[in-house]
Amino acid sequence: MSELSVNHLLGIKYLNKEDIQLIFETADHFKEVINRPIKKVPSLRDITIANLFFENSTRTKLSFELAEKRLSADVINFSAAQSSVKKGETLIDTVNNILSMKVDMVVMRHPNPGACVFLSKHVKASIVNAGDGAHEHPTQALLDSYSIRERLGDVKGKNVVIVGDILHSRVALSNIYALQLQGANVMVCGPKTLIPKYINNLGVKVETNLRKALEWCDVANMLRVQNERMDISYFPSTREYTQQFGVDKALLDSLDKEITIMHPGPINRGVEITSDVADSKQAIILDQVQNGVAIRMAVIYLLASKIKQ
Amino acid sequence: MSQKVLLNATEVNIILHRLACQLIEKHNDFSNTVLIGLQPRGKFLALRLAQILKDDYKIKDLKLGLLDITFYRDDFRRSDKPLEANTTEINFVVENKNVVFIDDVLYTGRSIRAALTAIQSFGRPEEIELLTLIDRRFSRHLPIQPNYRGRQVDAINKEKVIVQWQEQDGEDAVYLINN
Repeated sequence: MSELSVNHLLGIKYLNKEDIQLIFETADHFKEVINRPIKKVPSLRDITIANLFFENSTRTKLSFELAEKRLSADVINFSAAQSSVKKGETLIDTVNNILSMKVDMVVMRHPNPGACVFLSKHVKASIVNAGDGAHEHPTQALLDSYSIRERLGDVKGKNVVIVGDILHSRVALSNIYALQLQGANVMVCGPKTLIPKYINNLGVKVETNLRKALEWCDVANMLRVQNERMDISYFPSTREYTQQFGVDKALLDSLDKEITIMHPGPINRGVEITSDVADSKQAIILDQVQNGVAIRMAVIYLLASKIKQ
Repeated sequence: MSQKVLLNATEVNIILHRLACQLIEKHNDFSNTVLIGLQPRGKFLALRLAQILKDDYKIKDLKLGLLDITFYRDDFRRSDKPLEANTTEINFVVENKNVVFIDDVLYTGRSIRAALTAIQSFGRPEEIELLTLIDRRFSRHLPIQPNYRGRQVDAINKEKVIVQWQEQDGEDAVYLINN
């Protein structure tokens, strides 16, 4: 297969196994490109991409922008804080105004779940979801699976636990879809208050004891506690959260196997994981960041190849 | 559909040895020369030539790389079939080296144009030459010609020239196919 089954990347839910395989194979080639002395290819020189970030982001925005520039696309950036959205403009009007400037693709982050799906039905450009509320963050899930594949050889059959704030995490949901599609066994672990009720319908295991979860898994994906999304208090204190769901070197060393540690970032050092864990050989956090550029290049390249002139 | 044999295995073998000798005449011991096979089909010709140079002409330390030009093509989004990438394997520096591009068929010249852009990502070569097994005359879209050619073929545009390699296709042969 050499073509994606979709015209937009709205979520992992809309992809099939072959799509993920194609994205990974294409990312392999781009990973080779970004390790060359000159890290740029001219493939997308006639494509214009708008990065619309209605919510703050550092690494995802930088990663997308770098991916676009390494493919030689023309890039325009938009952040809601300095825009007419503040004056009451609707999402469709904002996007249509930008598309009038002959934009071919939109990479959008939005605080509302479903914003990208909504947009894809109303505008002609190809849409890439860079995170919509607590719904999905597909490129993060793809780069996470890609990093597991790189470290452990394959995703199929591996036991992966996602630890922390599952309720507010778009990374968790996209990861569950992506890992299950590739045949991994998925478990979530966190305080009961941060595990959503619908989780049983997704066919994942649930564990509230971190040690048991770590003993079961090959990979632990540690999520950040998203204080900014919490309108009430879900656990008594950060200190207590760390004691129950934080990973330190002593805990890792006490396991009779070496598990791989992942984190989508930004890390709260000393909360989800301690510094010695974050900087250890078991952690592949910086590999995830590098793979993020290759994965985003692959997604943009494959979607752009479906835009006909 | 009709097909005609342009070259059989014996003829391909003779041509490969002649091309190897021509390369030695120009590049001597290959100390400042690198061979680059263009993916996907130039790979087999490049590997075969490298083998002849090493085994029959005792060239030591021959540097051979494979270059994928997919991301440098100028027909991205223009063709009906999506482009599929191949692997690039260049584990040496091409800066100030004499580079010899190797491809099986030279047709429009667009692949070579893409390769000329792609190689710049690995440094600035001293000189770039082109070796091709089949040179289809009168079909060029760009002012490109080979330095070393196996056989020159006059084929009209709707005809196809197919090069088969023992390693992949089970025989060494070149066919002219008329649809």
